[in-house]
Amino acid sequence: MREMLRYILWRFLVMIPTLVLISMLIFTIIQLPPGDYFESYVEELKAIGEKADMQQIDELRARYGFDQPMPIQYLRWAGGMLYGDFGYSFEYRLPVSDVVGDRLWLTILVSTVTIALTWLIAFPIGIYSATHQYSWGDYGLTLLGLIGLAVPNFVLALVLMYLANIWFGTSIGHLMDQKYLAEPMSWAKVKSILEHIWIPVIIIGTAGTAAMVRRVRANLLDELHKQYVMTARAKGLHPFKVLVKYPLRMSLNFFISDIGSVLPAIISGAEITAVVLSLETTGPMLIRALQSQDMYLAGSFLMFLAFLTVIGVLVSDIALALLDPRIRLRGGSTK
Amino acid sequence: MNDRTDLLRVEGLSVSFPLMSGSIDAIKGISMRIRPGKVTALVGESGSGKSVLGRSVMGIETSIARIGGRVIFNDPATGESIDLLSLPHDGRQIRAIRGNRIGMIFQEPMTSFSPMHTVGNQIEEVLKIHTVLSPAERRERCLDMLGLVGFAEPARAFDMYPFELSGGMRQRAMIAMALVCRPSLLIADEPTTALDVTIQAQILKLLRELQSKLGMAMLLITHDLGVVASMADEVVVVYRGEVMEAGSVEAIFRHPSHAYTRGLMAAVPDFDSPRDARLKPLREIRVETAGLLDKARSTAALPEVLLRVEGVSKTFQTKRAAGFGLSQPQGTLAVNDVSFDIRRGETLGLVGESGCGKTTLSKILMRGVTPDSGAITFHGEGKPLDVLGARGADLDLLRTRIQMVFQDPVSSLSPRMTVRNIISEPLEIHGRGTPLARLEATRRLLSAIGLPDGAINRYPHSFSGGQRQRIGIARALALGPDLLICDEPVSALDVSIQAQILNLMKDLKADLGLTYLFISHNLAVVNYMADRVAVMYAGRIVEIAPCEVIMREPVHPYTKKLLAAVPVPNLDRPLDFEAIGQPSAAARKLWARQFKADDDGSDDDLTHVDLGNGHLVLARRNIDWRELRP
Repeated sequence: MREMLRYILWRFLVMIPTLVLISMLIFTIIQLPPGDYFESYVEELKAIGEKADMQQIDELRARYGFDQPMPIQYLRWAGGMLYGDFGYSFEYRLPVSDVVGDRLWLTILVSTVTIALTWLIAFPIGIYSATHQYSWGDYGLTLLGLIGLAVPNFVLALVLMYLANIWFGTSIGHLMDQKYLAEPMSWAKVKSILEHIWIPVIIIGTAGTAAMVRRVRANLLDELHKQYVMTARAKGLHPFKVLVKYPLRMSLNFFISDIGSVLPAIISGAEITAVVLSLETTGPMLIRALQSQDMYLAGSFLMFLAFLTVIGVLVSDIALALLDPRIRLRGGSTK
Repeated sequence: MNDRTDLLRVEGLSVSFPLMSGSIDAIKGISMRIRPGKVTALVGESGSGKSVLGRSVMGIETSIARIGGRVIFNDPATGESIDLLSLPHDGRQIRAIRGNRIGMIFQEPMTSFSPMHTVGNQIEEVLKIHTVLSPAERRERCLDMLGLVGFAEPARAFDMYPFELSGGMRQRAMIAMALVCRPSLLIADEPTTALDVTIQAQILKLLRELQSKLGMAMLLITHDLGVVASMADEVVVVYRGEVMEAGSVEAIFRHPSHAYTRGLMAAVPDFDSPRDARLKPLREIRVETAGLLDKARSTAALPEVLLRVEGVSKTFQTKRAAGFGLSQPQGTLAVNDVSFDIRRGETLGLVGESGCGKTTLSKILMRGVTPDSGAITFHGEGKPLDVLGARGADLDLLRTRIQMVFQDPVSSLSPRMTVRNIISEPLEIHGRGTPLARLEATRRLLSAIGLPDGAINRYPHSFSGGQRQRIGIARALALGPDLLICDEPVSALDVSIQAQILNLMKDLKADLGLTYLFISHNLAVVNYMADRVAVMYAGRIVEIAPCEVIMREPVHPYTKKLLAAVPVPNLDRPLDFEAIGQPSAAARKLWARQFKADDDGSDDDLTHVDLGNGHLVLARRNIDWRELRP
């Protein structure tokens, strides 16, 4: 156990340089396009025939340190994040944390429900497919899954929107009725969200479920033919208990190592689908911020995603070590 | 015959597996019986359906198998007589018998346990299913059983994971698992095939002891007639799903009436037959070496020694916990000051149990592992080459002169390459000839190993184990090497296929003027192949001598033990379990004092004593050589 603690501590320490490197990379990337937010802002104003107040813009530039050399700008940005100051969104003219705030919770809600649903559906189907390999049920479910994989999310979104409009006569875009958009949380708002959420969940979840079914099936099939399954059956263990205790447990490793990519996926949301459905999630906002060179918003966002990826990988590594004695005992130096 | 006296009676059992087109009949009406408290051996080659029979009795054959006939189990505990095949598939009744009244152990101790659960957890599970004991009582029973199968510290083993145990210990744990409910029948499916001879002897001894102590019957499924001769009371010989011959072990071995049984016996290498007598495999391969690149070169003008190994040592510093039972505790000398010569045109046998360092040594010769010290010189046709220091063109040349044949015919061939790609790859790497010439060379190599021309575009999976091993040999021969290092080339094969491969290798050697370093754990195989033999134990060569001397007048106690551990299909030479049943580390303590270092454990005062005629034995420095002869 002491080795385990040392391993975790070591992994935490390694995270620090990793995150520093990532932040430098992100900063470089968002600075790569020529110009800055104010330039594209002036361009935009010019395009619609208005004149920009150049003096005010120069003032703003100075205030946000855009006239300073790059390393100083980087340090200010990175340093601010350490105590929760994610900078200022020029587009929304609000601190980044305020802009993201509400949308973040909605995104987490949509993604969590989607992921939970994906697992709930994919696991039984995957297990069924693997244990009934080459049966009609397996073929049928495989076909369905392949369709789910092949249809692009946004097409599905358009189709569902159309159908819902014809059948229920409602617009299913957005995550809630438009009148609640600016309102604080209330029972009515919660109800409205629940009414709207199932469409994006189905759309975003379809491909994920199909992919997950294929992976559960493939991983379980590998394990089902292993010798230890035969051993367990020869003991007289109930077939279902054999399945759950041995091959299923072994096939879960892929699932645990997946946690690393699940966390950032929760936050970024499915961008394209969200744009099509005009969801109030963070995905469309990130795309918009990148387009308009709203650097603090975009940068903080990317940084947050990177942070979640690193944490996610850490969590899955630790979980793997805890769950799989081979990794715990062979890789380390327990003996 | 009163059928109440039979523990298990198989009547007209047939098993077939439906395929897309038609079906495979794995078993075509087998009838046999197992008497209580007796060992019945089911003998046959791979593919004869013997493992299918074991699984069908237990009801754990896949559900798509179509099973007919009757399997009557007369449970001595209840006096009931049940037709196992009439019970519902995976139903409660058959599950109550599995693991409880009939136990089963399998061939692969590596994969038969789940690596995720402790040994104790998996053994205790059997008791959980079949008994109503409290957790403390269950643990008690498991520890008793672990002690019984030879774990020195059962409590420690209980909490260990399977991959922390060596192959032999894992098979012991497997036996504990199968026997913890005290079944009246144990089905042992090739229980020792994956183990080397010394461990095999220990496991067989254990099975024999437990069998008489617990008064259970045993169905021993094996391809090895040597094992049968030492273990069985009754023998059933099967071929392609049918019984060829059945009877008492005396009748089968003294007067084998069926040609197939006689064929099986002739295929096993034996110490008693003269060394130049050729093994008779069931199916002989015709070797056609005509046209092979450089056939039978004249070697008269070349030095006698082909490869000289001097003082090679290798220490592994890995901290890894025991992986496959081969890895050493930290800082162990895997190869300890090893010196020997391989003479041009001879076969040098290198013998020892797993973990003795013989594979590490072969890797050092191939430059796969770099030794800590020592020198290796290769005397080819040009100037002598320093094997360990060769670079650039020298190294390329060396690579064409020394080639390797591996143990596992499955994993040593890439499943994504055709036979043509596999065999011609060495030629491509060394830029030999045009593509057309390479294809021609591949064809000639294929006919040299007795495979049809049509095999050239097929993938390895469509060949049997023995055919794959032949492909591996052809690949090794592609560059026309001088020296072949063969690392256990036949230990993954059935005895009948083994004889085939051994004969093939002998023929190729004679035709092509090759030199072999033949590594094996089985002294009978080495006896058939080698001109001289080096015996290795714990990283050191303990004895090296001409083959007849090692076989007839071994001096070192470890050599004697290895010799005794080989099961031969001869009732007059059963395995002497008293002599060989101990683990080597324990047996080492009983070696005569002239072979042991002082009790402080330092090996320094051991040296190779020359007994004349090229016979060297590792013994104490200050000992008189006459003391070594018993």
